[in-house]
Amino acid sequence: MSPKDVSNAAVIEPTPSKPAKRMSFRLEYDSSRIRSPWWTPILSVILALLLCAIFIAANGMSPVTVYQKMFHGAFGTAYGFTETMVKAIPLLLCGLGIAVAYRISVWNIGAEGQLTVGAMAATAVTIYFPDLPSFWAITLMLVFGFAAGAFWGLLTAVPRTHFGVNELITSLMLNYVALLALDYVVFGPWKDPKGFNFPGSPMFTDAQSLPVLGTSRLHIGLLFGLVAVVIYYLMIKFTKWGYELKLIGANPTAARYAGIHIKRHIIIVMLISGGLAGIAGMAEVSGVTHKLMQGISPGYGYTAIIVAWLAKLNPVGLIVTSILFGGLIVGGFSVQTIGLPSSISEMLQGSILFFLIAGDMIHRFRIRRNA
Amino acid sequence: MDFTTQLLIAAISAGTPLLLATLGGILNERAGIIQLGAEGLMLMGAVITCIVYIRSGSLIVALLATVAVTAVLGLLHSFLCVTLRANQTMSGLAMTLFGSGLSAYLGKPISGIPLPGTSPKLHMSWLEPIPVIGKIFSNMDYLTWFSLLLVLVLHLLIHRTSWGLHLRAVGDSPATADVMGIRVQLIRYSYVIAGAALIGLAGADMVLAYAPTWNEGLTAGRGWIAVGLVIFARWNPLRALFCAYFFGALDSLGFRIQLLGSVVPSYFLKMIPYIVTILVLMYLGYRNRNKPSGTPEALGVPYIREQRF
Repeated sequence: MSPKDVSNAAVIEPTPSKPAKRMSFRLEYDSSRIRSPWWTPILSVILALLLCAIFIAANGMSPVTVYQKMFHGAFGTAYGFTETMVKAIPLLLCGLGIAVAYRISVWNIGAEGQLTVGAMAATAVTIYFPDLPSFWAITLMLVFGFAAGAFWGLLTAVPRTHFGVNELITSLMLNYVALLALDYVVFGPWKDPKGFNFPGSPMFTDAQSLPVLGTSRLHIGLLFGLVAVVIYYLMIKFTKWGYELKLIGANPTAARYAGIHIKRHIIIVMLISGGLAGIAGMAEVSGVTHKLMQGISPGYGYTAIIVAWLAKLNPVGLIVTSILFGGLIVGGFSVQTIGLPSSISEMLQGSILFFLIAGDMIHRFRIRRNA
Repeated sequence: MDFTTQLLIAAISAGTPLLLATLGGILNERAGIIQLGAEGLMLMGAVITCIVYIRSGSLIVALLATVAVTAVLGLLHSFLCVTLRANQTMSGLAMTLFGSGLSAYLGKPISGIPLPGTSPKLHMSWLEPIPVIGKIFSNMDYLTWFSLLLVLVLHLLIHRTSWGLHLRAVGDSPATADVMGIRVQLIRYSYVIAGAALIGLAGADMVLAYAPTWNEGLTAGRGWIAVGLVIFARWNPLRALFCAYFFGALDSLGFRIQLLGSVVPSYFLKMIPYIVTILVLMYLGYRNRNKPSGTPEALGVPYIREQRF
């Protein structure tokens, strides 16, 4: 035995007393490999598609046909593609808000509720100030939408910072509160008197609606999202605030010793996070539905969590993943025509997240042959 | 029956799924693994019970299938959190999203079809003459009795047996437990799987005793309330009993007040359980600000024995 072999044997395993008959392997964990390779998100999506193919096949359908149908529905036609972009707008805005919070491990899962109150606040502007000129109406709706979402975010942040309550529970509970409040206003005080008793606010006027691209449904909210992404990138990259967030995210204890007010940062990121979701809600009512009604969001707030995680909180990644998931939602709707429930897209989203978090870890393991 | 007795019966009926899910959560978290997938597991439990009960007509088979499926999901969660040391928060969230998507997908064909029967009841007519208590206990179903028994069993298990000592050691200080020769990974796996199966049973109880048919998203956040109740109960099965029934009472109170002809719109009454959850957790946080909250010390921290598996 060379000296090198001896040292290895001493560190890893005692030398077997008799020569091993069969090869044995062990897993080695290397906690220093924090950055996961770039291809894990792509692989996660592929594996999730394969997993869900099993469930589709169990339902007696051909997975290939279903996926083709979904892809064609989402990206195959001009109409489908603009619809995908329309769905990508709230995902991008909510996902961006979630990404800001997740940077410092504030697990905001309340984007759904923050979006809902944002939409309600924007609608309040149309109801209580019905005759504003276009510019002021839209500006006021934006401000109100942001403020309402930010306030809803604050309701999550303050219990966390001052009472030590887990923000996951608070933000989720507030989602249900927001949805019930929405039900109340659309069935009660804000119900359209000319709406044949259907729940929903009166239709917005043209002045209260966001401008759209040509004859499509794609509205200017896309610009809000892109501008927000650019601001996010610049803030994270070039400001003291962005640096402090990075520090808190990497090591909260060290950040606290360095004199960073973690509580203040939690409140700030939750205000931003909620506010962006609130803008998404405003863009949804003003740009797409043109009135407040039940089901303005088919779970954008939850999908946005996966959007943010799949993008690894990266600005460019956020744009790509929100378009991808917008396509997934549109594709989910398009398979309804062949008799599959649209919840197939939810199922895909959940399994993508599973593979993603596994993929984040699995590259830290190495298979080694036992000496 | 007077209003109080009716409310108590409703509280127990609405509180039992919460109780089962909370007990499941306690088992998970005592072993040091956060279980945020309760909502998804409950939904999966509910949908599997419905499907198997409708297709096979046998309640026992349905419950066994529910336990089996949710145990497999628990295995997945423990594989991610214990073996791969993945982010436990994200894994739970993925469980919730996947569970609600898959349950909606599987449940579509049976949506709205009533179950062949509800949970069978254990009639004990000799209890009837006792006021209030007799009315409540003489006609409770088996799952409720099971949950009550489980409270006692888990209380004794956690606080009075060496298994419980091992469990608490693993949740509080896995390194110490490991040094003492306790198999940390094995214990974590077992309790996460058992906990997931209990949460699945909570979902089964929801459709058997509470809601008569499967509907998409039927649990309406009760899984998350159970996650809060675990903290509220301070990881203690006996306290979980009172906490779960308290929330069961809140849940049914809104409905009762509405029946009495309240002027408050029902939407606000339905908000009560969610808002009270937040307020209670805030109160607990305020009260326990300077003392240990009873949280297992190693909750959410993956255990890594250096370079060994």
